[in-house]
Amino acid sequence: MAAVLAARALRKSYRGKEALVGVDLEVGAGELLGLLGPNGAGKSTLTKIACGLVRPSGGSVEVLGVPAGSAPARAAVGYLAELFRFPGWCSADELLQLHQRLCGSQGGASERAGLLELVELGDAAGVRVEAMSKGMQQRLGIAQALVGSPRLLLLDEPTSALDPVGRRIVRGLLEELRRRDVAVLLNSHLLSEVELVCDRVAIINQGMLVREGRPADLERSRGVEVETASGVKLFEGAGREEAPEIVARLVAEGERIHRVEVLSSTLEDVYLEAVRGRTG
Amino acid sequence: MARSVATVVGYALREGLRRRVFLAVLLLSLAFLALYAVGAHFAFRDASGFAGAEGSEPKILDPKAFTGATIFGLAMFTSLFLGSVLAVFLTLGIVRGDAESGLLQPLVVRPIGRTTLLLSRFLAAAGLAAAYVLAIYAAAAAITWQAGHWAPDHLLGPGLALALAVAIVAALSLLASTFLSVTAQGIVVFMVYGAGLTAGLLAQIGHAIRSDTLHSIGHTASWALPFEGLYAASLHALISDTSGLTGVVLQLGPFGGSEAAGPGLILWAFAYAAGVLALAALAFGRRDL
Repeated sequence: MAAVLAARALRKSYRGKEALVGVDLEVGAGELLGLLGPNGAGKSTLTKIACGLVRPSGGSVEVLGVPAGSAPARAAVGYLAELFRFPGWCSADELLQLHQRLCGSQGGASERAGLLELVELGDAAGVRVEAMSKGMQQRLGIAQALVGSPRLLLLDEPTSALDPVGRRIVRGLLEELRRRDVAVLLNSHLLSEVELVCDRVAIINQGMLVREGRPADLERSRGVEVETASGVKLFEGAGREEAPEIVARLVAEGERIHRVEVLSSTLEDVYLEAVRGRTG
Repeated sequence: MARSVATVVGYALREGLRRRVFLAVLLLSLAFLALYAVGAHFAFRDASGFAGAEGSEPKILDPKAFTGATIFGLAMFTSLFLGSVLAVFLTLGIVRGDAESGLLQPLVVRPIGRTTLLLSRFLAAAGLAAAYVLAIYAAAAAITWQAGHWAPDHLLGPGLALALAVAIVAALSLLASTFLSVTAQGIVVFMVYGAGLTAGLLAQIGHAIRSDTLHSIGHTASWALPFEGLYAASLHALISDTSGLTGVVLQLGPFGGSEAAGPGLILWAFAYAAGVLALAALAFGRRDL
């Protein structure tokens, strides 16, 4: 899979303080990569370098083979910042029109209507930003990021202000983007959400990439738990393959088996282990 | 690029329109012009009293020229001040302020580029402020003519010089917005503006009391802040063809010293504005957002 976003030995320091320390990361076409890490780990810095808001101190980031921040790279990127604000006097439709003009989109009114429908703001085209709830503004932000059909979407905490229904809308939207072959870098604290939608997960801690892989690959077996008449027994380190043998042995020993469960670590366990319980 | 510039300029204009900035400016400007019209009317009517003893001939001062140039000087001072206020407020927080509030990032990540974005915002602010100054200047000239049948010796040049002066204020304000927070930007630009006008007055006082040092200090400062030099040149052009005592007195006018533009002032003003904008673009381009 050709990389849409490729970071190589990426470094960034702010007045001597290292925010990123030699990060290597790739996101392929149609791939949804979840970027996890505590506050201040360097996730937003990485995202901002990818869209040209922040200059790297070392290493490189390329978008579709051209340096991040260059005009062709910016043309291929859609971005929603964690802390963003749109002019309150602007209606949803006017905002999208402004971004269409800025990125040279020829989509016209149909693109704007389609994007607003996609984030379920179809009825709010004429509503001013200042009259919208935070959740509506966040969904409008996602629609804004999708103007011009970007090949790479960078979303920094896109669901932080959304209620469960709003989050579900965004999950559906991300799955739709995957079908459209859009690469997505999703920066989020919501592990359950990342686990649900992302193809791969990268965990950053103190500016370093400490874990990367598919959620299923990162999760490890924690043992087999068997509930018997004499109580619950945990066979640590055992996995799915060992479960029948364990059950057979217990039955042979005269135990009555009520329940068998293969325990595996959740993404939360993996995350906590990777960041060593650190919080920003 | 032209399309991007037009988009950002249009965005800035719509912002001003929707926030009712223009409506407020229009109403207050009409109030100023009404007050100016009343003042001009009574000034011309009562001017002969200080121009020499009643019925004495010849008059020591030409009352019409003295009154016209004095009150029109007031109109120019006010035009420059109001135009500068507009220029500062239209550029307030454009870089650092908008970046801190999260307004800037969605625009900067678009292919338009930072330099184009910055120059477009400058064009919108400077263009509006300059058009505003020209409108007030033209209205004041018409009112002055209506009230006392007096017109400045040169009409177009001083208005254009004032328009260029507020464009320079807009450029300085834009530069300040790349480094300073909103409040600090406003304070700094208005202090610089005040310093410029003070420098012009100092130069004129130095000229009047024959203090070369004071004159050269003021003169140097007014070149360092050329909006003041342009203002002084505008005042001078009002009465540059007026001779005798009237001309001498008017050169010391109450709204800042007048001084001929001298060779290169206009060129220097354009180069200065370009330099300030280039510095602002450089600072903006290097800034992490």
